Amino acid sequence: MNATFRPEELLADQIAQLIGDVRHVAVGNASPIPATAALLARERGNGRPYVSLLGSPKNTFWTDGARELFDCAGQGRIDVFFLSGGQIDGQGNINLVSVGDYDHPKVRFPGSFGSAHLYYVVPKVILFRTEHSRRTLVPQVDFISAPGASAGNVYRPGGPVALITNRCLFSFAQGRFTLVSVHPGHTVAEVVENTGFDFDRPDTVPETPPPSPATLKLMREVVAPQLAELYPQFAAHVFGVGIAAFAG
Amino acid sequence: MTAFQTVKSLDEALLPIVDGCLLVVPREVSGVPMTATRALVRRGVRDLHLVALPTSSLQADLLIGAGCVATLETSAVSLGEYGPAPRFSAAILGRTITMKDATCPALHSALQAAEKGVPFMPLRGLIGSDVLKYRDDWKVIDSPFGNADPIVLLPAIKPDVALFHAPMADRFGNVWIGRQRELATMAHAADKTIATVEKIHDGNLLDDPILAAGTLPGFYVESVAVCERGAWPLPLPDHYSADGEHLALYARMAATAEGFAEYVDRYVHDKRAA
Repeated sequence: MNATFRPEELLADQIAQLIGDVRHVAVGNASPIPATAALLARERGNGRPYVSLLGSPKNTFWTDGARELFDCAGQGRIDVFFLSGGQIDGQGNINLVSVGDYDHPKVRFPGSFGSAHLYYVVPKVILFRTEHSRRTLVPQVDFISAPGASAGNVYRPGGPVALITNRCLFSFAQGRFTLVSVHPGHTVAEVVENTGFDFDRPDTVPETPPPSPATLKLMREVVAPQLAELYPQFAAHVFGVGIAAFAG
Repeated sequence: MTAFQTVKSLDEALLPIVDGCLLVVPREVSGVPMTATRALVRRGVRDLHLVALPTSSLQADLLIGAGCVATLETSAVSLGEYGPAPRFSAAILGRTITMKDATCPALHSALQAAEKGVPFMPLRGLIGSDVLKYRDDWKVIDSPFGNADPIVLLPAIKPDVALFHAPMADRFGNVWIGRQRELATMAHAADKTIATVEKIHDGNLLDDPILAAGTLPGFYVESVAVCERGAWPLPLPDHYSADGEHLALYARMAATAEGFAEYVDRYVHDKRAA
């Protein structure tokens, strides 16, 4: 594996490409890699898309309270959002609540956050999970915080388009995941071994391309300092930003 | 005009928060009244129905760990970068609180219903989720304006008390909340609003049109108490940031029941270790 970039930088670069040419990207709580990707997309687009990072005073455009994100999303004014899950299954269902029976859980996660609304109404939801294992990518989730697909008569302009993990990138369409590429240092056999659900894949699966030197420079020099406001620990750990600031 | 006595001591201001009351508090970055929360723990309030709009971190975890909460209604409890909320997780696994799992816009909408004085609010999404499945107080109807268009209805949440921390208030009970507009929604929906503030503003906040736009008018406000750094160790937006070192300390100590008890002794009851 090329040791000149970190895994987080590869993922952020890929997510920035999935974001594409859109008007408004919102990033929820506890999502430092998507936040890196969204800020990277904004730097590449010279200020577009708008990037709203939940919880960040410097990177939000909301002036009407915490409900404004959901009101905007309900109208179709949010183009891209990110969700994760303690469990994600092959139908794109996500579980942010608990493992085991809901009334007698074995493990409790924080909760569903806005997923039970945003997953339905944001056109491009990018799933991310940095632990790719049979524990997290399961045949069937124990609790559906939000379903991957809905019955035909349910209002559903949005939903999942991709799932990115520490091992690979999947696309999602017609209720199934398809393996798109495997990250450097990982293999298709390893992905199959560590995925609890069935997925489609082409005969030859390409390697995920590494971030370019220009992208790495942009991420480290311009994006990382912006990230440190909301994710000080992540910025320090991945980009060494906090440490450099103290040394200076 | 003589100012009605809205500004009180903290303990006096918190009196309307009685055992069993329906209390709404804001999310972790909107002005969480932590000094007031520690005072409630010291007083030993019990059986709260706590609504965290729409999520919580240290505040819910501390109240749950201290045995103040009977029912929790929220979309998530977590210490964010500092990890899971340990007392919340323990209470769910030990089944010592009743959990009403929600999703963020459902709580915003249910409070907006109360704010408008209507019995419910419709919301998109939710259909087919287990969040909806486990909420027997939420209903699905066919939209009367659609054609076989199912939509969820959420009953209004009308809290007994809204409690939050804000940068300043004046002696007329007007509270400046700036752009944290969910604090206004909470106050509009609740029967009584209690605000702790960093300081008292001389004069009337409504006299200045720029300040007035970010001001919750005093007629919503039951009491105000001055608590400098009243959100600590959580942030007060645009004023001070979170005390990460302390939150990490809390996460470590609260990981066990014994450690949590020691935390409460030291930082809530202010009993310093020798």
